[in-house]
Parts: sequence; structure tokens; C-alpha cells
Amino acid sequence: MAARTRYAPDRGLTVRMTATMFLLGVVFVAFIAAIIGIGTAYGASSTAIVFFAVILGGGFAIGSLFYSDKIALATAGAREVSPTDSPEAARLHGIVDRLCALADMPKPRVAIADTDMPNAFATGRNADHAVVCATRGILRRLENDELEGVLAHEMSHVAHKDVQVMTIASFLAIIAALLVRIAFYGELFGGGRRSNDSNAGVVMLALMAVSIVVYAVSFLLIRLLSRYRELSADRSGALLTGRPSSLKSALVKVTGDMARIPTRDLRTSQPLNAFFFTPAAHLSASSSKLANIFSTHPSLERRLAELDKVQQQLGRTAG
Amino acid sequence: MGFLDTLLGRTKPVQPKLDDLFALPSAAVTLDAGAGFKPTGSGSVCFRPVEGRSFSDVQKDVQDLLNSSSHAEGGLPVEVSKDDYGFTWLVSSRMSDEIEALVTDLHAVNSSLVDNGFGPQLLCTLVAFKDEQERRLALIYLYKRGSFYPFAPLSGERRNNALELEIKGVIGDDLKWEPDLARWFPVWGAPGL
Repeated sequence: MAARTRYAPDRGLTVRMTATMFLLGVVFVAFIAAIIGIGTAYGASSTAIVFFAVILGGGFAIGSLFYSDKIALATAGAREVSPTDSPEAARLHGIVDRLCALADMPKPRVAIADTDMPNAFATGRNADHAVVCATRGILRRLENDELEGVLAHEMSHVAHKDVQVMTIASFLAIIAALLVRIAFYGELFGGGRRSNDSNAGVVMLALMAVSIVVYAVSFLLIRLLSRYRELSADRSGALLTGRPSSLKSALVKVTGDMARIPTRDLRTSQPLNAFFFTPAAHLSASSSKLANIFSTHPSLERRLAELDKVQQQLGRTAG
Repeated sequence: MGFLDTLLGRTKPVQPKLDDLFALPSAAVTLDAGAGFKPTGSGSVCFRPVEGRSFSDVQKDVQDLLNSSSHAEGGLPVEVSKDDYGFTWLVSSRMSDEIEALVTDLHAVNSSLVDNGFGPQLLCTLVAFKDEQERRLALIYLYKRGSFYPFAPLSGERRNNALELEIKGVIGDDLKWEPDLARWFPVWGAPGL
């Protein structure tokens, strides 16, 4: 007999996320079809280029997947801590311990970044290689229950395997970007040396045009997917702790602070940014429609509205 | 989590496993015989309160239930306390030889929460022990894993790992132990310990 549960999945979010992934798949298939089309029309030289781009792009993707934890920690200037290191490390470990016991997850490694920017991130290719990092700024600003909400959000990213999902989703964009570059330099330097001059030039131009379109479309879709993953993590985190309001107050505190602080040190790497609790400075402040399309995180208003839904769901008396 | 849940970024809340809790009374006998630790008679259930009316109603019902049963048997009322991490502890105090009654009390809390759909909120349950040198020891049951681990606090947020491992050896197969040592998390200052 299934136990009674109060946690209904969010169908709307599921549908939108499925649609986004489906569109990414469509772009992928269209891309392959266009490449094959160019290859058969103009000969084998383009096939070799594409093959080269796939190998190189695959290498990048696998590398960033396997070293995501090390890369992220190094970029953020974070250091792994043990519970006995300092009172704040003990506090962080205490919260992570309880969340893991509640969610039945293996305990991730815990790190603290020595910066006053209030933020937190989790990374690692799976739950066994995960690391959760909080900055000194967020530890200082948030109360225990708010910090717990933030960490529950980050650990939901780990549970959802967001690093893997987003790496795979970005694979297409990486290859398209590489092809644009290869085709561009091929056009500049390669054309003259070939016997079938005009042909090679056309191949390069066609490759470049297709790749640019694919890159632009997949970029927007990836950002859309990223925003849905953030909403999912908010939702799962709030359900785990049972306190959506703590997460909401943490969001308000952190985004408010972040918008005011102009430092850029945590923004050095864009892919890393995608797994922060809130993106640094620039986008969280503005909530115009256009900025939202390019943003990795949903707007504060949207996140608060979704958390309100969770709150209503949890408070309902009859189940 | 299934593949589809991963793909769609959903987590299913983990339901607690309750049955293994009843292994405690026999383990307590083994513990007394093997290491001289006796139950203090106090035990507690730790859970994560949920916002909203629905959960506070359930919590109040559980307290009333336990209070009325312990009152009928001449025991102490149930204590409620919150810890620094926002978790609630319901502490039940019995006589030191009433460990079966204690486990029944703890189980009543579990089943009320589970029956009302709040099973995923259960964190752990703790039963306290003490030996003749007043060394403290707790056996902690992790609901989500259905496993136990020992916790022996010393003064100043240090723990006696040697004693913990010894206790695990003494009790042996009477309890289902948590194999992953990283999950033996400390519960400093837990009420009832």
C-alpha cells in the first residue's frame, strides 16, 4: 500500500520542462540533418570538420563534467572544511548532516568560500562526488533556517543531477560554437589553398550559418531549461525542509544584497554561475522580459510566486 | 530516483521505515550485559515541523495522545523542545526499566505523523543510555535508512568514537547498523540525552 503523501508533482512545470527538452532534441536532429545535407552536397571536407568539432566538444564536456567540483571550488576560491575547523564550519556541517538524513542522500563535501558576497552553490557530477559551498557572506547574513532553505535548494540540484543534465543539454551549443569558430578561420585562411576553391568557401559559409542559428536557438533553450531547473530545486528544497517561507526570506535577503554589491569576483566563469543560488549582481536586479530570456535564474518574483504555491499545498488541512 | 524524475527535476520525498525500531528492547538487554549501559528511560523523536495549520494540529494530537497514556500510567508529561536547527524534539520520559513502553511511545509519534502524510518529515529517534561512570550514550535510529548508529558525546562538542565503535561491536547483529560512517552525524545537546 502506498503511503499517503502530500507532495503532488507540479504538472505545469513538468510539461514546460518536457517541452523545452523536446525542442532541444528537435534542434539537435535538425542540426545533424543540416550537417549531413551540407556534407552530401559539397563533399567530405565538411564531415571531417564536424567530426573534429564533435571530438573536441565531447572532450570539453566530459572534462567539465568530471572536474566540475574542482573547477568550481578553484574558481570561487573555496576551501573544503571539516566540522572541527571553525564554529561556522560546524554550523554548516550540522545543517547539511540533517538535510542528508532527511532526504536520505549521501553527505556531500562541504566547502566555504572566503568572500563577503552572499551566495552558495553545489556541483559535482553525481551525489557521491558532490560538493556544497557557501560563502562567508551568506553564513554571516542568514539565520539557520534560511541557510537551511538555501542548502536544501543546492542539494536538490545534486539530487536532480543538474550538472549532468545541463552538461548534456549544453553539448549541442558547445559543438555549434566550435563549428562557428572553425568555419570562420577556415574561411579566412583555408579557402585559397584548395583545388576546388569556391566549393570549400561555400561549405564553410553554410556550416557557419547553420551553426550560428543552432547556437542561438539552443542557447535560449538551455537558459529556459536552467530556469526551470532552478524552480524545481526551489520546490524540492522547500518540500524537504517544510518551510517555504524560510527559503523566500533567504531569497529576498540575498537578492537584495546582491543587487547592491557590485563586486564581480564570483562571476569570472559563466557555466559556474549557473549553479549558484542566485546569479551574481547584474540580472537579479532587473526583471524586464528581455533580460529574463537570457538569464540562468528565474526572476525573484517568479520564484516567490512558485514558493507560495508550495506553501499553500503544505498547509492544506485535508490531504 | 528514477531516470524520468532526474530528467524532470523532481524529487520524491523519502518515506520513513518504522519497523526496525522494535529491535531496540532486545538490543538494550545485550548492551547492558556486554557494556554495562542501562537505559535512562528517556527517548525522543526528532522531526522537521511543516509550516501551516495542518501540521500543528497533528503535532498537538500526538502530544495529547502521549500525555494521556503516560498520565494513566503515572509517568511524566511529554516535553517539546526546538533545537538550533529548527527541528522539534518530543521527549518521552519513562522509568529506566520501561524500554518497551518507551519504544511504544516513540512509535505512536511516528505512526501519527505517517498516517497524516508527514512521514517524510521524520529525522531520527534517540534513546538514551548511561553506564555507572555516568558516561552518556545514545542509540539513534535514522528513519529514512531504517538503521541505527551510536552517539557518545563528550564535553565540548567532542564525541567518543572509540566507545561508539565498541558499542557497535557489543550489540552486534541485534540492530541493523548504518554502514556509511559519514551518516553517523552528531546531535549535540539533543533533548533527552
